Amino acid sequence: MYSYLVLRVVAKLLLPFIFLFALYVQFHGDFGPGGGFQAGVIFAAGYILYGLVWGVHNAEQVLPRGILRFGFALGILIYAGVGIFSLLAGGNYLDYSVMAHDAPHGQHLGILLVELGVGITVSSVMVNIFYTFATYRRRKA
Amino acid sequence: MALTVWATARLRNLYAVVMLGSIYSLLAAVMFVVLDAVDVAFTEAAVGAGISTVLALGTLALTTSREKTPVRRRLLPIAVVCITGAALIYGTLDLSRYGVADAPAHKHVAPEYLARSVPETTVPNVVTSVLASYRGYDTLGETTVIFTAGIGVVLLLGSWRRKEDDDV
Repeated sequence: MYSYLVLRVVAKLLLPFIFLFALYVQFHGDFGPGGGFQAGVIFAAGYILYGLVWGVHNAEQVLPRGILRFGFALGILIYAGVGIFSLLAGGNYLDYSVMAHDAPHGQHLGILLVELGVGITVSSVMVNIFYTFATYRRRKA
Repeated sequence: MALTVWATARLRNLYAVVMLGSIYSLLAAVMFVVLDAVDVAFTEAAVGAGISTVLALGTLALTTSREKTPVRRRLLPIAVVCITGAALIYGTLDLSRYGVADAPAHKHVAPEYLARSVPETTVPNVVTSVLASYRGYDTLGETTVIFTAGIGVVLLLGSWRRKEDDDV
């Protein structure tokens, strides 16, 4: 779809704002609406827009499948790792209160990290599913 | 929304059906904003109207864009749909009216979350603190579900063999 000038220009204008909005939703999720899942999905949607306009081949060079598959596991590991960390710090599993000098700060830090893990997993899974669907015929041919 | 559903049921061109599904999701997102459920609206707009539309279009590109005309009789499906719909509508009769303060949903654990969230977690958005802290196990499980979905697609559709394919 690279030959459509209007599409290309509009996508180019929109993309930075979509990614910025995804980051805002990710890290501002504890003050405003949103959180890891929403941020991950918005990031993936922006990236899929890039892949649709500039082609999956180019998209794969920016964010290769290997990194995405790494991202699948990394997000879960961050989430579960926070749980293990709170166990080691003397609390219950996923009890963030023990993660910082006092309970509210620990909770805040824990929520931020956990949401980051959710965001990483969601966005990499979504983008990878898109890659898989978009290149299925090319790989079979 | 009813109009899009009716058109979706009538149409045989699946591209149009996918587009109508996207419009339906967008309308649903607007409805969630009206109901003050902004988090859900975000998700509906991004997943329902955005990503699932792209994935459905990708699937159509791989298969076919015309729905086959059904050969069986349509009476049984219509009966099943009508009975299910009637049961669901009957179920809504027992729901309390929207915005009533003494509804069961507002009396169970919700006041406690609202009262304890800010002092305990310093997170002003109670939705986030409930999801990530009080219901941390649930959210971990949901993330694992998404992980599993990703692994399933990668294994079934075979993009993990990309290197060998490139060599060929």
